[in-house]
Amino acid sequence: MESDYIVIGYGQLALAALLIGVNVALSAALKLGLGKSLLIAALRMVVQLLLIGFVLEWLFTQDNALIILAIALVMTAIAGVSAVNRTQRRFAGIYWHSLLSVLTASALVTGFAMVGIIRVQPWYDPQYLIPLLGMVLGNTLNGISLGLDRFVEGLISQRDQVETLLALGATRWEAAHAQVRNAIRVGMIPTINSMMVMGLVSLPGMMTGQILAGADPIDAVRYQIVILFMIAAGAALGIFGVVLLAYRRLLSPDHQLRLDYLEKAKQ
Amino acid sequence: MGELGFGQALLSVENLGRQLGDRWLWRGVSFDLFAGDCLGLVAPSGAGKTLLMRNLVMLDPIQRGTVRFGGKTPSQWGLPAYRSRVMYVPQRAVSIENVAQNVLEGTVQDNLMQVFELGVYHQRQFDFTLIQTWLIQLGRGPEFLNLQGTRLSGGEAQILALLRALQLSPQVLLLDEPTASLDAATTARVEALLLDWLRHPHRACILTSHDAEQIHRFTQRRLNLGEFA
Repeated sequence: MESDYIVIGYGQLALAALLIGVNVALSAALKLGLGKSLLIAALRMVVQLLLIGFVLEWLFTQDNALIILAIALVMTAIAGVSAVNRTQRRFAGIYWHSLLSVLTASALVTGFAMVGIIRVQPWYDPQYLIPLLGMVLGNTLNGISLGLDRFVEGLISQRDQVETLLALGATRWEAAHAQVRNAIRVGMIPTINSMMVMGLVSLPGMMTGQILAGADPIDAVRYQIVILFMIAAGAALGIFGVVLLAYRRLLSPDHQLRLDYLEKAKQ
Repeated sequence: MGELGFGQALLSVENLGRQLGDRWLWRGVSFDLFAGDCLGLVAPSGAGKTLLMRNLVMLDPIQRGTVRFGGKTPSQWGLPAYRSRVMYVPQRAVSIENVAQNVLEGTVQDNLMQVFELGVYHQRQFDFTLIQTWLIQLGRGPEFLNLQGTRLSGGEAQILALLRALQLSPQVLLLDEPTASLDAATTARVEALLLDWLRHPHRACILTSHDAEQIHRFTQRRLNLGEFA
Protein backbone atom coordinates (compact mmCIF):
# COMPACT_ATOMS: atom_id res chain seq x y z
CA MET A 1 0.00 0.00 0.00
CA GLU A 2 1.31 3.43 -0.89
CA SER A 3 1.40 5.79 2.03
CA ASP A 4 2.02 9.50 2.17
CA TYR A 5 2.50 9.64 5.90
CA ILE A 6 5.61 9.17 8.03
CA VAL A 7 5.84 5.63 9.31
CA ILE A 8 6.68 5.40 13.00
CA GLY A 9 9.34 2.82 13.84
CA TYR A 10 9.99 1.07 17.14
CA GLY A 11 12.86 3.45 17.93
CA GLN A 12 10.47 6.36 17.70
CA LEU A 13 8.04 4.51 20.00
CA ALA A 14 10.81 4.32 22.57
CA LEU A 15 11.27 8.09 22.28
CA ALA A 16 7.53 8.59 22.87
CA ALA A 17 7.81 6.41 25.94
CA LEU A 18 10.11 9.08 27.40
CA LEU A 19 6.99 11.25 27.73
CA ILE A 20 5.58 8.82 30.25
CA GLY A 21 8.99 8.87 31.94
CA VAL A 22 8.38 12.55 32.71
CA ASN A 23 5.16 11.63 34.51
CA VAL A 24 6.82 8.86 36.47
CA ALA A 25 9.63 11.20 37.54
CA LEU A 26 7.10 13.84 38.62
CA SER A 27 5.16 11.29 40.59
CA ALA A 28 8.31 10.11 42.35
CA ALA A 29 9.46 13.66 43.12
CA LEU A 30 6.09 14.70 44.55
CA LYS A 31 5.48 11.30 46.19
CA LEU A 32 2.13 10.97 44.43
CA GLY A 33 2.35 7.19 44.46
CA LEU A 34 1.15 7.08 40.88
CA GLY A 35 4.36 5.76 39.37
CA LYS A 36 3.52 2.10 39.60
CA SER A 37 0.01 2.28 38.19
CA LEU A 38 1.16 4.68 35.47
CA LEU A 39 3.85 2.21 34.41
CA ILE A 40 1.45 -0.72 34.46
CA ALA A 41 -1.20 1.20 32.52
CA ALA A 42 1.35 2.34 29.95
CA LEU A 43 2.73 -1.16 29.58
CA ARG A 44 -0.74 -2.68 29.20
CA MET A 45 -1.69 -0.09 26.62
CA VAL A 46 1.45 -0.80 24.55
CA VAL A 47 1.11 -4.57 24.73
CA GLN A 48 -2.66 -4.57 24.01
CA LEU A 49 -2.35 -2.20 21.08
CA LEU A 50 0.63 -4.01 19.55
CA LEU A 51 -1.24 -7.29 19.87
CA ILE A 52 -4.38 -5.87 18.31
CA GLY A 53 -2.19 -4.43 15.55
CA PHE A 54 -0.95 -7.90 14.69
CA VAL A 55 -4.46 -9.35 14.98
CA LEU A 56 -5.85 -6.69 12.64
CA GLU A 57 -3.02 -7.19 10.18
CA TRP A 58 -3.87 -10.88 10.11
CA LEU A 59 -7.60 -10.23 10.06
CA PHE A 60 -7.48 -7.86 7.12
CA THR A 61 -5.98 -10.61 4.98
CA GLN A 62 -8.91 -12.91 5.78
CA ASP A 63 -11.63 -13.38 3.24
CA ASN A 64 -13.86 -15.72 5.20
CA ALA A 65 -17.08 -14.08 6.39
CA LEU A 66 -17.44 -16.59 9.23
CA ILE A 67 -14.06 -15.81 10.78
CA ILE A 68 -14.74 -12.10 10.63
CA LEU A 69 -18.23 -12.47 12.07
CA ALA A 70 -16.83 -14.64 14.86
CA ILE A 71 -14.33 -11.90 15.77
CA ALA A 72 -17.13 -9.31 15.63
CA LEU A 73 -19.20 -11.48 17.95
CA VAL A 74 -16.35 -11.80 20.44
CA MET A 75 -15.94 -8.01 20.45
CA THR A 76 -19.67 -7.60 21.01
CA ALA A 77 -19.69 -10.10 23.86
CA ILE A 78 -16.81 -8.33 25.58
CA ALA A 79 -18.66 -5.03 25.25
CA GLY A 80 -21.85 -6.53 26.67
CA VAL A 81 -20.07 -7.98 29.69
CA SER A 82 -18.00 -4.86 30.40
CA ALA A 83 -21.11 -2.69 30.30
CA VAL A 84 -22.56 -4.67 33.20
CA ASN A 85 -19.26 -4.82 35.08
CA ARG A 86 -19.35 -1.06 35.52
CA THR A 87 -22.77 -1.01 37.20
CA GLN A 88 -23.20 -1.08 40.96
CA ARG A 89 -26.06 -3.55 41.28
CA ARG A 90 -26.91 -6.82 39.61
CA PHE A 91 -29.94 -8.99 39.07
CA ALA A 92 -30.43 -12.38 37.46
CA GLY A 93 -30.27 -12.10 33.69
CA ILE A 94 -28.55 -8.71 33.64
CA TYR A 95 -25.64 -10.05 31.53
CA TRP A 96 -28.04 -11.54 28.98
CA HIS A 97 -29.97 -8.30 28.85
CA SER A 98 -26.80 -6.38 28.15
CA LEU A 99 -25.50 -8.87 25.57
CA LEU A 100 -28.81 -8.95 23.75
CA SER A 101 -29.08 -5.14 23.68
CA VAL A 102 -25.49 -4.59 22.54
CA LEU A 103 -25.78 -7.30 19.90
CA THR A 104 -29.05 -6.07 18.45
CA ALA A 105 -28.08 -2.40 18.49
CA SER A 106 -24.60 -2.86 17.01
CA ALA A 107 -25.68 -5.43 14.42
CA LEU A 108 -28.50 -3.23 13.14
CA VAL A 109 -26.48 -0.04 13.05
CA THR A 110 -23.23 -1.48 11.69
CA GLY A 111 -25.11 -3.68 9.23
CA PHE A 112 -27.05 -0.74 7.88
CA ALA A 113 -23.89 1.36 7.58
CA MET A 114 -21.92 -1.36 5.81
CA VAL A 115 -24.63 -2.40 3.37
CA GLY A 116 -26.82 0.67 3.07
CA ILE A 117 -24.62 3.73 3.59
CA ILE A 118 -20.96 2.99 2.79
CA ARG A 119 -21.90 0.01 0.59
CA VAL A 120 -18.73 -1.93 1.22
CA GLN A 121 -17.91 -4.83 -1.12
CA PRO A 122 -17.94 -7.54 0.15
CA TRP A 123 -20.27 -6.58 3.00
CA TYR A 124 -17.99 -8.13 5.62
CA ASP A 125 -14.75 -6.39 4.51
CA PRO A 126 -12.89 -6.39 7.84
CA GLN A 127 -11.03 -3.15 7.07
CA TYR A 128 -14.39 -1.37 7.42
CA LEU A 129 -16.45 -3.71 9.55
CA ILE A 130 -14.08 -4.09 12.50
CA PRO A 131 -13.22 -0.41 13.12
CA LEU A 132 -16.82 0.72 12.58
CA LEU A 133 -18.14 -1.94 14.90
CA GLY A 134 -15.51 -1.04 17.48
CA MET A 135 -16.57 2.61 17.51
CA VAL A 136 -20.24 1.70 17.87
CA LEU A 137 -19.56 -0.86 20.60
CA GLY A 138 -17.43 1.49 22.68
CA ASN A 139 -20.14 4.11 22.84
CA THR A 140 -23.05 1.70 23.22
CA LEU A 141 -21.22 0.13 26.14
CA ASN A 142 -20.89 3.48 27.91
CA GLY A 143 -24.50 4.34 27.29
CA ILE A 144 -25.74 1.00 28.51
CA SER A 145 -23.84 1.07 31.77
CA LEU A 146 -24.93 4.66 32.45
CA GLY A 147 -28.56 3.99 31.57
CA LEU A 148 -28.75 0.73 33.47
CA ASP A 149 -27.09 2.18 36.54
CA ARG A 150 -29.38 5.19 36.52
CA PHE A 151 -32.51 3.12 36.06
CA VAL A 152 -31.74 0.83 38.99
CA GLU A 153 -30.55 3.63 41.29
CA GLY A 154 -33.59 5.69 40.26
CA LEU A 155 -35.94 2.87 41.24
CA ILE A 156 -34.20 2.59 44.59
CA SER A 157 -34.26 6.30 45.38
CA GLN A 158 -37.81 6.78 44.06
CA ARG A 159 -39.11 3.57 45.57
CA ASP A 160 -41.79 5.30 47.67
CA GLN A 161 -43.00 7.25 44.69
CA VAL A 162 -43.20 4.16 42.45
CA GLU A 163 -44.94 2.06 45.10
CA THR A 164 -47.38 4.83 45.99
CA LEU A 165 -48.42 4.91 42.36
CA LEU A 166 -48.73 1.14 42.22
CA ALA A 167 -50.85 1.18 45.38
CA LEU A 168 -53.12 3.79 43.80
CA GLY A 169 -53.78 1.43 40.90
CA ALA A 170 -51.08 2.42 38.43
CA THR A 171 -49.83 -0.22 36.01
CA ARG A 172 -46.14 -1.03 36.25
CA TRP A 173 -45.55 1.14 33.20
CA GLU A 174 -47.48 4.10 34.62
CA ALA A 175 -45.55 3.76 37.87
CA ALA A 176 -42.07 3.43 36.37
CA HIS A 177 -42.05 5.19 33.02
CA ALA A 178 -40.61 8.35 34.58
CA GLN A 179 -37.61 6.26 35.69
CA VAL A 180 -37.34 4.60 32.28
CA ARG A 181 -37.36 7.96 30.53
CA ASN A 182 -34.84 9.43 32.93
CA ALA A 183 -32.47 6.47 32.52
CA ILE A 184 -32.55 6.66 28.73
CA ARG A 185 -31.96 10.41 28.88
CA VAL A 186 -28.97 10.02 31.20
CA GLY A 187 -27.53 7.24 29.05
CA MET A 188 -27.70 9.47 25.97
CA ILE A 189 -26.15 12.56 27.57
CA PRO A 190 -22.48 11.80 26.71
CA THR A 191 -23.34 11.04 23.10
CA ILE A 192 -25.44 14.18 22.69
CA ASN A 193 -22.86 16.34 24.48
CA SER A 194 -20.02 15.07 22.35
CA MET A 195 -21.97 15.77 19.16
CA MET A 196 -22.69 19.30 20.42
CA VAL A 197 -19.05 20.31 20.77
CA MET A 198 -17.67 18.08 18.04
CA GLY A 199 -15.08 19.96 16.04
CA LEU A 200 -15.18 22.92 18.44
CA VAL A 201 -13.67 21.38 21.53
CA SER A 202 -12.69 17.95 20.37
CA LEU A 203 -11.32 16.59 17.15
CA PRO A 204 -12.47 13.02 16.94
CA GLY A 205 -9.70 10.44 16.99
CA MET A 206 -10.81 8.66 13.88
CA MET A 207 -10.90 11.81 11.82
CA THR A 208 -7.51 12.90 13.15
CA GLY A 209 -6.17 9.50 12.19
CA GLN A 210 -7.49 9.70 8.67
CA ILE A 211 -6.09 13.19 8.22
CA LEU A 212 -2.66 12.10 9.50
CA ALA A 213 -2.86 9.22 7.07
CA GLY A 214 -3.20 11.73 4.27
CA ALA A 215 -6.94 11.73 3.65
CA ASP A 216 -8.63 14.85 2.39
CA PRO A 217 -10.05 16.58 5.52
CA ILE A 218 -13.49 16.92 3.94
CA ASP A 219 -13.53 13.19 3.18
CA ALA A 220 -12.47 12.48 6.73
CA VAL A 221 -15.22 14.75 8.05
CA ARG A 222 -17.85 12.93 6.02
CA TYR A 223 -16.70 9.63 7.45
CA GLN A 224 -16.78 11.10 10.90
CA ILE A 225 -20.34 12.32 10.47
CA VAL A 226 -21.48 8.87 9.40
CA ILE A 227 -19.69 7.38 12.42
CA LEU A 228 -21.30 9.84 14.82
CA PHE A 229 -24.76 9.06 13.51
CA MET A 230 -23.98 5.37 13.88
CA ILE A 231 -22.74 5.92 17.42
CA ALA A 232 -25.80 7.93 18.40
CA ALA A 233 -28.20 5.40 16.89
CA GLY A 234 -26.35 2.43 18.38
CA ALA A 235 -26.21 3.97 21.84
CA ALA A 236 -29.90 4.94 21.73
CA LEU A 237 -31.00 1.47 20.61
CA GLY A 238 -28.77 -0.29 23.12
CA ILE A 239 -29.85 1.88 26.06
CA PHE A 240 -33.50 1.59 25.10
CA GLY A 241 -33.21 -2.19 24.90
CA VAL A 242 -31.33 -2.70 28.12
CA VAL A 243 -33.51 -0.32 30.17
CA LEU A 244 -36.71 -1.92 28.89
CA LEU A 245 -35.41 -5.40 29.65
CA ALA A 246 -34.42 -4.30 33.16
CA TYR A 247 -37.84 -2.69 33.57
CA ARG A 248 -39.53 -5.98 32.67
CA ARG A 249 -37.41 -7.77 35.23
CA LEU A 250 -37.67 -5.33 38.14
CA LEU A 251 -41.36 -4.54 37.68
CA SER A 252 -43.19 -7.84 37.70
CA PRO A 253 -46.22 -8.76 35.56
CA ASP A 254 -48.18 -8.53 38.84
CA HIS A 255 -47.25 -4.85 38.94
CA GLN A 256 -44.80 -5.15 41.82
CA LEU A 257 -41.50 -3.37 42.29
CA ARG A 258 -39.06 -6.21 42.88
CA LEU A 259 -36.06 -4.50 44.44
CA ASP A 260 -35.44 -7.79 46.25
CA TYR A 261 -34.00 -9.10 42.97
CA LEU A 262 -31.09 -6.68 43.29
CA GLU A 263 -27.70 -7.44 44.77
CA LYS A 264 -24.71 -5.21 45.26
CA ALA A 265 -21.91 -5.97 42.81
CA LYS A 266 -18.88 -7.53 44.43
CA GLN A 267 -15.89 -5.28 44.07
CA MET B 1 -70.59 -4.00 43.25
CA GLY B 2 -73.44 -5.98 41.82
CA GLU B 3 -71.70 -9.31 42.09
CA LEU B 4 -71.37 -9.10 45.86
CA GLY B 5 -74.07 -11.12 47.51
CA PHE B 6 -75.52 -10.00 50.80
CA GLY B 7 -73.47 -11.27 53.72
CA GLN B 8 -70.55 -12.26 51.51
CA ALA B 9 -67.15 -11.09 52.69
CA LEU B 10 -65.60 -8.17 50.84
CA LEU B 11 -62.10 -9.32 51.56
CA SER B 12 -61.32 -12.88 52.43
CA VAL B 13 -57.88 -13.88 53.68
CA GLU B 14 -56.93 -17.52 54.06
CA ASN B 15 -53.88 -19.00 55.71
CA LEU B 16 -51.61 -16.13 54.71
CA GLY B 17 -47.94 -16.49 55.66
CA ARG B 18 -44.88 -14.30 55.38
CA GLN B 19 -41.32 -15.45 55.68
CA LEU B 20 -38.18 -13.39 56.19
CA GLY B 21 -35.25 -15.65 55.44
CA ASP B 22 -35.97 -18.89 57.33
CA ARG B 23 -38.16 -17.24 59.94
CA TRP B 24 -41.95 -16.99 59.63
CA LEU B 25 -42.99 -13.48 60.64
CA TRP B 26 -46.56 -14.69 60.77
CA ARG B 27 -48.44 -17.58 59.22
CA GLY B 28 -51.89 -19.06 59.19
CA VAL B 29 -53.48 -15.59 59.14
CA SER B 30 -57.14 -15.93 58.13
CA PHE B 31 -59.98 -13.46 58.42
CA ASP B 32 -63.00 -12.16 56.57
CA LEU B 33 -63.77 -8.50 56.23
CA PHE B 34 -67.42 -7.58 55.71
CA ALA B 35 -69.00 -4.35 54.56
CA GLY B 36 -68.99 -1.83 57.37
CA ASP B 37 -66.17 -3.63 59.17
CA CYS B 38 -63.17 -1.90 60.56
CA LEU B 39 -60.46 -4.29 61.63
CA GLY B 40 -57.65 -3.15 63.90
CA LEU B 41 -54.30 -4.73 63.23
CA VAL B 42 -52.24 -4.87 66.41
CA ALA B 43 -48.79 -6.25 67.08
CA PRO B 44 -45.49 -5.07 68.50
CA SER B 45 -43.26 -3.07 66.16
CA GLY B 46 -41.38 -5.25 63.73
CA ALA B 47 -44.05 -7.96 63.78
CA GLY B 48 -44.88 -7.27 60.16
CA LYS B 49 -48.08 -5.20 60.19
CA THR B 50 -46.96 -3.18 57.19
CA LEU B 51 -45.84 -6.34 55.42
CA LEU B 52 -49.31 -7.85 55.93
CA MET B 53 -50.89 -4.78 54.36
CA ARG B 54 -48.42 -4.90 51.48
CA ASN B 55 -49.31 -8.55 50.98
CA LEU B 56 -53.03 -7.79 50.96
CA VAL B 57 -52.50 -5.55 47.92
CA MET B 58 -49.72 -7.75 46.54
CA LEU B 59 -47.08 -5.05 46.54
CA ASP B 60 -44.94 -7.98 47.67
CA PRO B 61 -45.52 -11.45 46.27
CA ILE B 62 -47.72 -13.69 48.42
CA GLN B 63 -45.57 -16.52 49.75
CA ARG B 64 -48.34 -18.62 51.22
CA GLY B 65 -52.11 -18.47 51.37
CA THR B 66 -54.73 -16.61 49.36
CA VAL B 67 -56.39 -13.24 49.34
CA ARG B 68 -59.73 -12.77 47.62
CA PHE B 69 -61.79 -9.70 47.02
CA GLY B 70 -65.39 -10.27 45.98
CA GLY B 71 -64.50 -13.93 45.43
CA LYS B 72 -61.66 -13.25 43.01
CA THR B 73 -57.89 -13.23 43.59
CA PRO B 74 -55.93 -10.05 42.85
CA SER B 75 -54.46 -11.62 39.71
CA GLN B 76 -57.93 -12.53 38.47
CA TRP B 77 -58.98 -8.90 38.93
CA GLY B 78 -55.81 -7.60 37.35
CA LEU B 79 -53.64 -5.80 39.87
CA PRO B 80 -54.48 -2.18 38.92
CA ALA B 81 -58.22 -2.92 39.04
CA TYR B 82 -57.81 -4.79 42.33
CA ARG B 83 -55.73 -2.04 43.91
CA SER B 84 -58.28 0.58 42.86
CA ARG B 85 -60.80 -1.35 45.00
CA VAL B 86 -58.56 -2.50 47.83
CA MET B 87 -56.37 0.52 48.45
CA TYR B 88 -53.31 0.66 50.63
CA VAL B 89 -52.33 4.04 52.07
CA PRO B 90 -48.71 3.71 53.19
CA GLN B 91 -47.42 5.20 56.38
CA ARG B 92 -44.84 7.30 54.59
CA ALA B 93 -46.91 9.60 52.45
CA VAL B 94 -45.22 10.89 49.30
CA SER B 95 -46.09 13.46 46.75
CA ILE B 96 -46.44 11.96 43.29
CA GLU B 97 -45.71 15.06 41.27
CA ASN B 98 -43.69 14.84 38.07
CA VAL B 99 -45.57 11.73 37.11
CA ALA B 100 -47.50 13.48 34.42
CA GLN B 101 -44.96 14.55 31.87
CA ASN B 102 -45.45 18.28 32.03
CA VAL B 103 -45.80 18.89 35.72
CA LEU B 104 -42.50 19.47 37.45
CA GLU B 105 -43.66 21.41 40.46
CA GLY B 106 -46.94 20.01 41.68
CA THR B 107 -49.35 21.44 44.19
CA VAL B 108 -51.62 19.40 46.43
CA GLN B 109 -54.37 19.86 43.88
CA ASP B 110 -52.11 18.66 41.03
CA ASN B 111 -51.42 15.59 43.14
CA LEU B 112 -55.09 14.93 43.67
CA MET B 113 -55.93 15.46 40.01
CA GLN B 114 -53.05 13.51 38.51
CA VAL B 115 -54.28 10.22 39.88
CA PHE B 116 -57.14 10.39 37.43
CA GLU B 117 -54.65 10.14 34.58
CA LEU B 118 -54.03 6.53 35.52
CA GLY B 119 -55.70 4.09 33.15
CA VAL B 120 -57.95 2.46 35.78
CA TYR B 121 -59.66 5.77 36.46
CA HIS B 122 -60.09 6.96 32.89
CA GLN B 123 -63.86 7.05 33.24
CA ARG B 124 -63.79 9.10 36.43
CA GLN B 125 -63.15 12.75 37.07
CA PHE B 126 -61.63 14.86 39.76
CA ASP B 127 -64.40 16.14 42.04
CA PHE B 128 -63.42 19.55 43.31
CA THR B 129 -66.54 20.03 45.43
CA LEU B 130 -66.01 16.73 47.22
CA ILE B 131 -62.43 17.64 48.11
CA GLN B 132 -63.56 21.04 49.37
CA THR B 133 -66.17 19.44 51.60
CA TRP B 134 -63.59 17.10 53.06
CA LEU B 135 -61.10 19.91 53.60
CA ILE B 136 -63.70 21.82 55.58
CA GLN B 137 -64.33 18.70 57.66
CA LEU B 138 -60.60 18.49 58.32
CA GLY B 139 -60.42 22.14 59.28
CA ARG B 140 -58.20 23.15 56.36
CA GLY B 141 -58.82 26.13 54.15
CA PRO B 142 -58.82 25.98 50.35
CA GLU B 143 -55.23 27.35 50.38
CA PHE B 144 -54.15 23.81 51.34
CA LEU B 145 -54.74 22.85 47.70
CA ASN B 146 -52.11 25.35 46.54
CA LEU B 147 -49.27 24.11 48.75
CA GLN B 148 -46.30 22.56 46.97
CA GLY B 149 -46.37 18.79 47.17
CA THR B 150 -42.71 18.40 48.08
CA ARG B 151 -42.78 21.00 50.84
CA LEU B 152 -45.58 19.51 52.90
CA SER B 153 -45.02 18.69 56.55
CA GLY B 154 -45.43 15.05 57.57
CA GLY B 155 -48.98 15.70 58.76
CA GLU B 156 -49.99 17.62 55.62
CA ALA B 157 -48.58 14.83 53.47
CA GLN B 158 -50.70 12.32 55.39
CA ILE B 159 -53.81 14.37 54.77
CA LEU B 160 -52.94 14.57 51.09
CA ALA B 161 -52.39 10.81 50.88
CA LEU B 162 -55.68 10.12 52.63
CA LEU B 163 -57.70 12.47 50.43
CA ARG B 164 -55.96 11.12 47.34
CA ALA B 165 -57.09 7.62 48.26
CA LEU B 166 -60.59 8.49 49.52
CA GLN B 167 -61.57 10.40 46.37
CA LEU B 168 -61.00 7.20 44.37
CA SER B 169 -63.77 5.50 46.41
CA PRO B 170 -62.06 2.21 47.07
CA GLN B 171 -64.14 -0.44 48.83
CA VAL B 172 -61.48 -1.56 51.25
CA LEU B 173 -59.04 0.93 52.73
CA LEU B 174 -55.82 -0.30 54.30
CA LEU B 175 -54.62 2.50 56.55
CA ASP B 176 -51.10 2.18 57.90
CA GLU B 177 -50.73 4.58 60.85
CA PRO B 178 -52.93 7.17 59.11
CA THR B 179 -52.68 9.77 61.87
CA ALA B 180 -49.13 9.15 63.12
CA SER B 181 -47.98 12.67 62.18
CA LEU B 182 -51.16 14.53 63.08
CA ASP B 183 -52.03 16.54 66.19
CA ALA B 184 -54.86 15.40 68.44
CA ALA B 185 -57.43 17.81 67.02
CA THR B 186 -56.77 16.87 63.40
CA THR B 187 -56.69 13.20 64.35
CA ALA B 188 -60.22 13.50 65.71
CA ARG B 189 -61.34 15.21 62.51
CA VAL B 190 -59.71 12.51 60.35
CA GLU B 191 -61.43 9.81 62.39
CA ALA B 192 -64.78 11.53 61.96
CA LEU B 193 -64.22 11.82 58.22
CA LEU B 194 -63.28 8.15 57.97
CA LEU B 195 -66.34 7.07 59.98
CA ASP B 196 -68.48 9.12 57.64
CA TRP B 197 -66.82 7.53 54.67
CA LEU B 198 -67.34 4.03 56.07
CA ARG B 199 -71.09 4.56 56.40
CA HIS B 200 -71.43 4.06 52.69
CA PRO B 201 -72.55 0.46 51.97
CA HIS B 202 -69.92 -2.02 50.78
CA ARG B 203 -66.99 -0.29 52.38
CA ALA B 204 -64.58 -1.56 55.00
CA CYS B 205 -61.18 -0.74 56.39
CA ILE B 206 -58.16 -2.20 58.14
CA LEU B 207 -56.18 0.07 60.42
CA THR B 208 -52.86 -0.07 62.19
CA SER B 209 -51.96 2.48 64.80
CA HIS B 210 -49.38 2.89 67.53
CA ASP B 211 -52.16 4.56 69.48
CA ALA B 212 -54.02 1.81 71.37
CA GLU B 213 -56.87 4.16 72.17
CA GLN B 214 -57.42 4.95 68.55
CA ILE B 215 -57.61 1.25 67.73
CA HIS B 216 -60.14 0.91 70.50
CA ARG B 217 -62.21 3.90 69.45
CA PHE B 218 -62.17 3.16 65.82
CA THR B 219 -62.28 -0.58 65.24
CA GLN B 220 -64.80 -3.21 66.22
CA ARG B 221 -62.50 -6.19 65.83
CA ARG B 222 -58.79 -6.69 66.34
CA LEU B 223 -56.34 -9.05 64.79
CA ASN B 224 -53.23 -9.60 66.88
CA LEU B 225 -50.46 -10.56 64.49
CA GLY B 226 -48.29 -11.58 67.44
CA GLU B 227 -50.50 -14.65 67.81
CA PHE B 228 -49.55 -15.88 64.36
CA ALA B 229 -45.78 -15.85 64.78
